[in-house]
Amino acid sequence: MPETEPTRHLPLEDLHEAAGARFGPFAGWRMPISYPPGVMREHQHTRAEAGLFDISHMQLVEIAGPDAAALLSAACPLDPAALGQGRSKYTLLLNEDAGIIDDLIVTRLSPERFMVVANAGNADGDVAHLTALAAGRDVSVAPLERVFLALQGPAAEAVLTAAGHDLSALTFMTAVEPKADWFVSRSGYTGEDGFELALPAAAAREVAAALLADARTMWVGLAARDSLRLEAGLCLHGQDIDETTDPVAARLMWAIPKPLREGGAYTGAAALARIRAAGPAERRVGLKPEGRQPVRAGAALFDAEGRPAGRVTSGGFGPTVGHPVAMGYVSAALAEPGTALSAEVRGNRVPVAVHPLPFTPHRYHKG
Amino acid sequence: MATTYFTEDHEWIRVEDGVATVGITDYAQEQLGDLVFVELPEAGKTLAKGDTAVVVESVKAASDVYAPADGEVTVVNEALAGDPSLVNSSPAGDGWLWKMSLADASQLDGLMDEAAYKAHVS
Repeated sequence: MPETEPTRHLPLEDLHEAAGARFGPFAGWRMPISYPPGVMREHQHTRAEAGLFDISHMQLVEIAGPDAAALLSAACPLDPAALGQGRSKYTLLLNEDAGIIDDLIVTRLSPERFMVVANAGNADGDVAHLTALAAGRDVSVAPLERVFLALQGPAAEAVLTAAGHDLSALTFMTAVEPKADWFVSRSGYTGEDGFELALPAAAAREVAAALLADARTMWVGLAARDSLRLEAGLCLHGQDIDETTDPVAARLMWAIPKPLREGGAYTGAAALARIRAAGPAERRVGLKPEGRQPVRAGAALFDAEGRPAGRVTSGGFGPTVGHPVAMGYVSAALAEPGTALSAEVRGNRVPVAVHPLPFTPHRYHKG
Repeated sequence: MATTYFTEDHEWIRVEDGVATVGITDYAQEQLGDLVFVELPEAGKTLAKGDTAVVVESVKAASDVYAPADGEVTVVNEALAGDPSLVNSSPAGDGWLWKMSLADASQLDGLMDEAAYKAHVS
């Protein structure tokens, strides 16, 4: 995606400046890409101890009112009635063709109140889409202004506890509102245990200072966030999934409750049932390039006979696994792990093999 | 005595006894971040000034390194195949990229000296 000059600034931008961040544009925001330790150390530190990420570009949206559950049932292949209070679920916003408008985390806060976390680049569109679906229903769709921090890594719980925030009662994909205007969930985008904390800017400054005073914590930028999520096999919307990919091809059907896979009242249900019945033409897979040369998004893939086989949607180097990692879409017949393919990089064909996802095992705290 | 020149694209070129050694500057390696792969040309390859001679790849992105002058590649730094991070740790030393013969040494006259380059990146 070509990035234009960023127009939006993080509320804690001064802290990142002071920490020596290198900035770059992402989805219209001026984001810290990396800090002086560099992406390699930031990545490895997150897997070893605790990385602090400013993810305030992500949009929190509060859905509240008697028809809140009904609105989410119409928008997403989701059964809000099955979502207990304080429980979070990964879900999708689909269009009529079952194309993926965005991927979201939805949390039930109370019987009539939900929190939605949307991707930065899609936030305005998501809010417009949800607001349109809310017409005629007794429900409000309210984007929130919050600082959003993620603390990720095996030491995350201990660091937060030491800073006076005991969140040990939370398990993976559960959430609480410990104070007014705070929202804390045990979730993340790295494959590690960790927490995401949305809170007002003044409080966020205090929390960030307390977390960073702990030797186990360091700032981690967007570059390592990307290499961490890629090793963890997690999709980046706009790259690995978008309105032209559906949940079957993207292998995200696990996110859809069984009864809703055959049909439902949500947008895209009929198209999804048709796609399931027909079987997908292509599948999202992990790809492991042979050797050291990274294979990046946009590279064309070929089968053993040199025929077009698909495309790479994300690719880079995996600091934890120590070799290049990628994901992409291949013809359904070529999706078996171990299938030998090649990727075109600057006119050369680099051998790649279909590889199971994730590249690094998830280490969530499931309780 | 060797003379070192600098380009606006953050390459250095050191000329000694008619042979030029090319690398990227400390500023460039810092901007790129940790390198994980360096794609080097074959010895014998003819380069025109401005051609992509080398591609350096960080965790996040691939970046081109341009030939600062016309000439022919004579030797490449094979050590980078095993340890691309040499470019980060020693950009002006062990992390050099390639050596070349120069077709027209006068092309270097338009390049910056160290003082001018320091002003360029400050």
